[in-house]
Amino acid sequence: MSMYKQVTNKPWETQGLLGGLDPRPSFAMPSEKLALFFFMAVVCVLFSLFTVTYYLRMELGDWIPVNKPGLLWLNTGLLVLSSVFFQFSRAASKAGSLARTRTLFLVGGMLALAFIAGQVMAWQQLSTQGYFLASNPANAFFYLMTGLHIAHLLGGLWVWSRAVLAMLRTEDIPQQALRIELCTLYWHFLLLIWIALFAMLANT
Amino acid sequence: MAYVPFADQVHELHDPHSFVTKYIWSQDHKVIAIQYGGTAILVGLVALVLSGIMRLQLGFPDTFSLIDPAFYYQAVTMHGMIMVIYLLTALFLGGFGNYLIPLMCGARDMVFPFLNMLSFWFYLLSVIILMSSFFVTGGPTGAGWTLYPPQAITAGTPGSDMGILLMLVSLGVFIVAFTMGGLNYVTTILQARTRGMTLMRLPLSVWGIFVATVLGLFAFPALLVSAIMMTFDLTLGTSFFMPAVMQAGEQLEYNGGSPILFQHLFWFFGHPEVYIVALPAFGLVSDVLSCHARKNIFGYRMMVWAIIAIGGLSFIVWAHHMYVSGMNPYFGFFFATTTLIIAIPTALKVYNWVLTLWEGNIRLNTPMLFAIGFIFTFIHGGLTGLFLGNVVIDLPLSDTYFVVAHFHMVMGVSPILVLFAALYHWYPKVTGRMFNETLGKIHFWCTFLGTYAIYLPMHYLGFLGVPRRYYAMGNTDFIPASAQALNANITIAALFVGVIQILFFINIFWSLRNGDKAGPNPWGATSLEWQTPDTPPKHGNWGKELPGVYRWAYDYSVPGSEEDFIPQNVPATQSPSVEEENESE
Repeated sequence: MSMYKQVTNKPWETQGLLGGLDPRPSFAMPSEKLALFFFMAVVCVLFSLFTVTYYLRMELGDWIPVNKPGLLWLNTGLLVLSSVFFQFSRAASKAGSLARTRTLFLVGGMLALAFIAGQVMAWQQLSTQGYFLASNPANAFFYLMTGLHIAHLLGGLWVWSRAVLAMLRTEDIPQQALRIELCTLYWHFLLLIWIALFAMLANT
Repeated sequence: MAYVPFADQVHELHDPHSFVTKYIWSQDHKVIAIQYGGTAILVGLVALVLSGIMRLQLGFPDTFSLIDPAFYYQAVTMHGMIMVIYLLTALFLGGFGNYLIPLMCGARDMVFPFLNMLSFWFYLLSVIILMSSFFVTGGPTGAGWTLYPPQAITAGTPGSDMGILLMLVSLGVFIVAFTMGGLNYVTTILQARTRGMTLMRLPLSVWGIFVATVLGLFAFPALLVSAIMMTFDLTLGTSFFMPAVMQAGEQLEYNGGSPILFQHLFWFFGHPEVYIVALPAFGLVSDVLSCHARKNIFGYRMMVWAIIAIGGLSFIVWAHHMYVSGMNPYFGFFFATTTLIIAIPTALKVYNWVLTLWEGNIRLNTPMLFAIGFIFTFIHGGLTGLFLGNVVIDLPLSDTYFVVAHFHMVMGVSPILVLFAALYHWYPKVTGRMFNETLGKIHFWCTFLGTYAIYLPMHYLGFLGVPRRYYAMGNTDFIPASAQALNANITIAALFVGVIQILFFINIFWSLRNGDKAGPNPWGATSLEWQTPDTPPKHGNWGKELPGVYRWAYDYSVPGSEEDFIPQNVPATQSPSVEEENESE
């Protein structure tokens, strides 16, 4: 039964096993995937609220824009590559090519680690130029929002590391297919968040 | 990987093997629910004692040397924060959500049992962090539960050194706990319903909990954002919210921040929070009313859509908490309009509850009395909300006891009455024993009449202009001396109501051993949790086979049927009038 039909149904009129003998989840996907979609929606709200706050705080006069390090472009490239590798790894896991899946997945995560290292280097560059956290709200927002993005990436890397360990321990890569798929999804999502964030930071 | 629907998958049920895995590190939703509920009630008792301290000061000023202004403000702050977040949110969603969702949906457990366990332990950690602020230098924060900057972090406000930091950290941890639990509740409701359980066959309790959880997932980030940024202002010297400010004649480092920005963020969370508490209460009370009136809930679909509409609207009314902060008049107009629009779905629900009672076969037992009591207090609190939703009426009343009376009626007393209704209603299922009905009724009448004795006079104090948040009245000549007499009476009523709650605890603990055996379905209820093979339900809930669902949750007093109710899992052929419609796709 479609979602629309379900919610417009008059439940007092119909009886019997609606939907037949099998349980019908509302969405034909694994629960983990649905939970991840909800989680990504929550993260979206979180970053949107920071964005709104950013623009409102910017209006207040004492705002001095940050001189964005060029390194950020390189980091963006690393994150794009990381996402691409995850995508290839997922395709390989679908095709059943085990060794390829593992290698691509491993490299994808390493690239994300490199991105994080790059972001930390960008922070160091900024502070050597005198853009300290507390000296201007623009700086504070820059450190805070990039930091928050890294925190979300670290959460993803925790799941990634568990999948990697499981894949190194056993040859049973198909068991990790769901983890690989969800990691890929989450990586694409965090890439989009980063691009939006970078666009905002670079233009203000 | 071929996709298998969740309810069809073979699951490891994490069967407990020892006392520790059964009662402490448990992954069973029922145990977690009791852990959540017990912790919430315990911390709620702390908040109750704090309210007694406030009332002693207000009723009998200059009598208790222990209660100095700092302690008074700390009591106000902690009372508010604990009651709203650590008691009500945790008990409705962590407690009742955990207990009822899998049982009412016909699932064996939550879809992520480990995450569920983690959610509780994070919640407990947040409570411990919050409580530890009573023992640090300077004590807990006294900034008011809204924690408005700059005063929340400037010296002079009680707890401005450690107390406020612990409060912010505790909130952060709570939000993490809530998010883990919330993802679980939402996913379980959508994916793990048993066969035949369509969305529109879910009891309203599940609908209320579902929409409240979605609200929570999207509203708590606003609190997290404000808590993070305030923590930065506090510890790292940023100026997100802190304007240039003098403290004891000295210019602080802060510059240019906007306290109003904090208020917007806080209330963008704060108003949905009202409905995070209210919607589960709406759901639970609908089921209690319908069951004990032996009638189907009036307007089931309308009730569902009203819950959803209220949930949606609750995100666009937040600035009505900020009329006195000042805003563009057009903003005020917008927020007043949206606020008043919320009255429509809310009033629909109230009419439907009353119409459910109409010509019902009402059993006036303890849960039903509490549920009917809720209709009274909710109407009172709701009507004063219509006053306060208007900018011109709000401005003079906002800083008076009228507001205290309003919000305690609508989101203090009302949800608490539902909590008691629900605790008494589901007690036989949770423990397998009946509670003592006489004690329960005494508890109800003392609580119900007592809360009126507390909050009804507060409306008059508000009209007189008695300011809220004041430790002592000082030179307020426009307030007649009789106001103090009223205040003393309110205090006596409040202390009485506070102490009388002991009846509830005596009842539930005494009945654990001495109550009559309840049997599986003492109320003759239709929803699935009353149809479990064991009472209290065992680990895995349903024995060998999951139940099938053949009808909605409100088949009470069906004409022609033998008993006055037909449980959801009774096949259609056993009821005479309707043909079985077996639809398979």
